[in-house]
Amino acid sequence: MLTKPDIEPSGEGAAAQVGEPLVEATGLEVHFGLRGGLFSRFSGGPAGAVRAVDGIDLTLRKGEVLGLVGESGSGKTTLGRTLIGLTKATAGSVSYRGQDITALGERGLRPLRRRLQMVFQDPHASLNPAMDIRTAVGHPLRIHNLVADDREYEARVVDALERVGLTPPERYLGKFPGDLSGGQKQRAVLARAIIAEPELLVADEPISMLDMSVRAKILQLMLDLKRDLDLTYVYVTHDLASAKFFCDTIAIMYLGRIVEYGPTEQVFADPQHPYTEALLAAIPEPDPERALPRELPRGEIPDAARPPMGCAFHPRCPVAVAACGWEARDLRTLLENRWLELAPEAASREKSLFADVESLAADGQSSVAIAPGRGHTPEDVLEYLRHLREEASEAEPREPFWHGVVTMHAENGRAVVEFAPPRDPRLSLIPATGVQVACHLREPVGSTTGT
Amino acid sequence: MATTTLPTGPIEPTVSASASRFGGLRRIVSAIREAHGVPKFMLWTGAVISALFVITALFAPLIAPYSFDTYKAHGHNFPKQGSPDGDHWFGTTVQSLDVLSRTIYGARTALEVMVLAVIFSLILGVLLGLLAGYFGGWLDRILVLVMDALFAFPYLLLAIVAGFVFSGISGGGVVTAALSITVVYIPQYFRVVRASALSAREATFVEAARAMGAKPSVVIRKYLFGNVIQSVPVITTMNAADAIGTLAGLGFLGLGIQPTEAAEWGYDLDRAIDDVNAGMWWTCLYPGLAMVIAILGFTLLGEGLNDVLNPTMRRRRIRKVLLPAHTARRTVTAPAQPDVPEGEAVK
Repeated sequence: MLTKPDIEPSGEGAAAQVGEPLVEATGLEVHFGLRGGLFSRFSGGPAGAVRAVDGIDLTLRKGEVLGLVGESGSGKTTLGRTLIGLTKATAGSVSYRGQDITALGERGLRPLRRRLQMVFQDPHASLNPAMDIRTAVGHPLRIHNLVADDREYEARVVDALERVGLTPPERYLGKFPGDLSGGQKQRAVLARAIIAEPELLVADEPISMLDMSVRAKILQLMLDLKRDLDLTYVYVTHDLASAKFFCDTIAIMYLGRIVEYGPTEQVFADPQHPYTEALLAAIPEPDPERALPRELPRGEIPDAARPPMGCAFHPRCPVAVAACGWEARDLRTLLENRWLELAPEAASREKSLFADVESLAADGQSSVAIAPGRGHTPEDVLEYLRHLREEASEAEPREPFWHGVVTMHAENGRAVVEFAPPRDPRLSLIPATGVQVACHLREPVGSTTGT
Repeated sequence: MATTTLPTGPIEPTVSASASRFGGLRRIVSAIREAHGVPKFMLWTGAVISALFVITALFAPLIAPYSFDTYKAHGHNFPKQGSPDGDHWFGTTVQSLDVLSRTIYGARTALEVMVLAVIFSLILGVLLGLLAGYFGGWLDRILVLVMDALFAFPYLLLAIVAGFVFSGISGGGVVTAALSITVVYIPQYFRVVRASALSAREATFVEAARAMGAKPSVVIRKYLFGNVIQSVPVITTMNAADAIGTLAGLGFLGLGIQPTEAAEWGYDLDRAIDDVNAGMWWTCLYPGLAMVIAILGFTLLGEGLNDVLNPTMRRRRIRKVLLPAHTARRTVTAPAQPDVPEGEAVK
């Protein structure tokens, strides 16, 4: 169970606002090519590439704790790694103290690694099993030639171990990772991360592999280290509760993009994006008396190699509007979901109206010509679709898909369905809150029709 | 605060330092201690035979009655093809050489070639495997291609070809024989090490080392090597056994070590073929037997080590937990006779 720390994070958050920008990302994109070996993977073009990070701008100020929150596959880890140059960006730039680190090669980055450290998710895997704690924790000192002799080395290692609460340090120096518990390993990893006096620490779900009882202690330790060593954190997590406890600023990510970005308290108190609302609603309520029926987002997170048009969240969004980027794929999903619920005979009868439902599965079709099945005319298909639309307009909650359909008409023996032109939502500031959100419903001017 | 005296500097640093240095060794020793059953038998039988072989080889000049190329003593030539007797326990060969001495000196040759071959192939194979596994890319492709090509050859044929090449360069000595055998074994080390390096490269701790700013050379030395090397000792003992066979094969074909340089079991066997037809069993029996025993010893040692050290093969011993006798009896009798006092039930 997480409790509020003695020090007030919000107070530090206020102080962080005046901090100088430490890391700035502009138009950052990381696409992983789907084919080829390791080397061709990084140079993968837009075709056949997973868009792990897809156009992100953010500024990290000194002393800030930024939380990157999202489901698995949202690109939060990739973003965290790209911010410190561990993953190569395919477009855009990351600058650390004004220096563009995306332009630097592995060799050029090495001196900076001292300042930009990372804590990995799995403490059991991030320590070399064949290396004792003395060598493992102090290795950054050796790598960067920070100590003159063994005596100083030993002193620095002991100091780092004391800082992370592995006391007495002498007891741990000769131990191997296999001799330590998960919490102790993560402490050792933290000691290794701070020993070379870094400025920025990217923590990739540092507590998700730990026991519940240890999680709060590790987070508290990280806050203490931040206070003592003047650190800046990027905290990558899927756990909103820990993000609420730990972060000053929070960025909610969905399919490689930031959908909401602002001060933690504001985001939690008044979520702007439907996805954030859904995430917050998904936090389990321990008291069954107070548990409310919740509307979790339907479906799964889409394939990042073929993201939906427009707002990537629209297929799962309960309040989507016309401009959200409806396309042929969404029609297919709609039909298949309907047929799943119908009796098999009825479903196959309806299915026979369409020659090839799979043809709808291609991505990026803003207008689709549907071939009618054998013995049916395009008018039959149109009538069926209109019937569905009318049915949906009476049902509650309303199916948002039909907002996106502009016209349906027959043409050259095919039923043509045209969707509203998609528009990418841009991050825009909500006045008086400091929260930026990427949603058509929250756009200040020129808001879309519908609802 | 004033009364508290804190120790300055680390406590007992020397002890923990030495413990850390031999940490890996300690693990191996404890695994060997834990061995039981068939692996234990194989391990220890193999170890004893191998130790005897090594001792024989090291102290050959002290153990053997004559040198390997002695054909006369005290002014008398040795009998030609003499049967075993008091002077020559294992008889003499067609060249009037003492079979016992040649067999003992043969152990020495075998050990020399074996050690050199294993060291050469170990260094080259592990190094290439690490480089290929860590860097990948075209280097990996080329090395894998070459190694697979080497693998595709029948090993003896490869050793013969390599023997021809090297004997042209450095003559027919122990080093030449070792080098020709090395060529055969490099692919084995390469494959095993490359495979482990490939999987270790993806491990988080290697990534963490990169994130610390470690150079590739440092990553390979400090992070990959220690984790990759664990699979190597087993191959080494297997290869050691195999090297003896390959050396004998080369010698049998007359390609190995020149007879003037050292005694060699394979060469002796080759010379003894005609003797067998003439009913002289001793010239081929003893070198052959020595070879079989040496190979058996190292094979057993290798298999035993494999069973003991390989985590996927190793079965940890589960000790049976025996409850004290009276506790067990009480649990059985108590429900049947609930009213009987405890003292009665225990009886």
